[in-house]
Amino acid sequence: MSGMNKLVLLCFSFFSTTLAFAQDDLMKELEATQKPEVNYVGQTFKGTRIINGQSVETKPKGALEFIFSHRFGKVNDGAFTLWGLDQAYVRLGFEYGLTDRLGIGIGRNSVDQTFDSFLRYKVARQSSGAKNFPLTITAMGTTNIKTSPRPSDNPLLTFEDRLSYVGQVMIARKFSSRFSAQINPIFVHRNTVKKINENNDDIAIGAGARYKITRSLALSGEYYYRLNQKDNTPYYNSVGVGLDIETGGHVFQLLFTNSLGMIERTMIAETDGNVKKGDIRFGFNISRTFQIQKPK
Amino acid sequence: MKNITLSLLLVAGSLQVWGQKHTLESSAVSFFSDAAIEDISARNSKSAGIFNSETGDVVFSIPIGDFEFEKSLMKEHFNEKYMETEKFPKSTFQGKLSGFQLTTTGEQPAKAIGKLTIHGITRDVEIPGTVEVVNGKTIMKSTFIVKLVDYKIAIPQLLWQNIAEEIEVKLEFTFKAQ
Repeated sequence: MSGMNKLVLLCFSFFSTTLAFAQDDLMKELEATQKPEVNYVGQTFKGTRIINGQSVETKPKGALEFIFSHRFGKVNDGAFTLWGLDQAYVRLGFEYGLTDRLGIGIGRNSVDQTFDSFLRYKVARQSSGAKNFPLTITAMGTTNIKTSPRPSDNPLLTFEDRLSYVGQVMIARKFSSRFSAQINPIFVHRNTVKKINENNDDIAIGAGARYKITRSLALSGEYYYRLNQKDNTPYYNSVGVGLDIETGGHVFQLLFTNSLGMIERTMIAETDGNVKKGDIRFGFNISRTFQIQKPK
Repeated sequence: MKNITLSLLLVAGSLQVWGQKHTLESSAVSFFSDAAIEDISARNSKSAGIFNSETGDVVFSIPIGDFEFEKSLMKEHFNEKYMETEKFPKSTFQGKLSGFQLTTTGEQPAKAIGKLTIHGITRDVEIPGTVEVVNGKTIMKSTFIVKLVDYKIAIPQLLWQNIAEEIEVKLEFTFKAQ
């Protein structure tokens, strides 16, 4: 090979490397023109419920969630009641996303024939990138009406007597795509209680977590610690463990818990299952999301 | 002879460096998944890109979280389960466009050869399309197929009937001189 050919070859190889570099440079130039973005962390939990309690999740704007929840009898009733499956308690609920952060919901629980209605608002969203914030925080207020007993059976019970209220703040962090945890202080006020062993105002701290085993399966658990119970309380702290299964439009949550009611009033103030004695119930929440209003 | 070659190279080199840069004025990226139970489509108009009309070098970047779907749940699943958007927020292409003349009018067939990155996986690809110059703006259009397995995007077994294994992607970019 002559000297000149070598030189041409050298130049060509130089030329072609700069070509490849040119695209890299162009990519760098492109990246430089792009503003740093805020990446909001979503799907801290699969559903609006962890087990019995609420999660930080809200429904996106225009999405309607239908939740169908079941709790069966106590597993330690044994084979005669098919380990509690003969008894079934149901809550039917709807939750609608007014905005991506503000949700409104109603539900009806067969335990004490109770209606519940609530508002929840996502106060802060966990984010990274241009804006860094470590937590997602959602505040929620609930009003419950206990329609049992019938007014004709107990005429002395007024409408106000049947009401109870719940206020809570859920504080959660998605530590990784697999692991999320939440803490929620919760306040329950009941207008009517048995003064001898119950409080009108109950305060508890809830803690919940989920761990994703695969993209569609997750293990979850929660515990509510009551802070101001009377010494003679006949009730227990609520605890639950579950398996979340997510398909296209459904989330199935199969769970075991010592609570019967599927609302905060019964869960915090009226959980009658003693875990140590094996008072555990099987149950499930099935949620289906419908898009009522198209996003954007 | 040696001087001519050298100066040619120098000219080519300087053209490459100083070539006319065009940036994206508008963009539409959409995809369509045709499966047994549910057809899924999404659109995105938030891409960014640079095109060098002298060299044909083209780069673009598509923010995955900005794909808009018919149902918000689809968007959640797309980002959370398939694209892992928190980990891989962007899809990019860097390559070279060839087979067209900027001076010719009308739609001309062209192809882009380069590296396409989706879901953190980079592959060498050849994407067919068309190029048209209208009023100094360069319009690029392309339709191509992305096989999910090529980019390690797995479909959970429970959803296999809802998601197609091959996705049709459509790009329409309008570049204008900087």
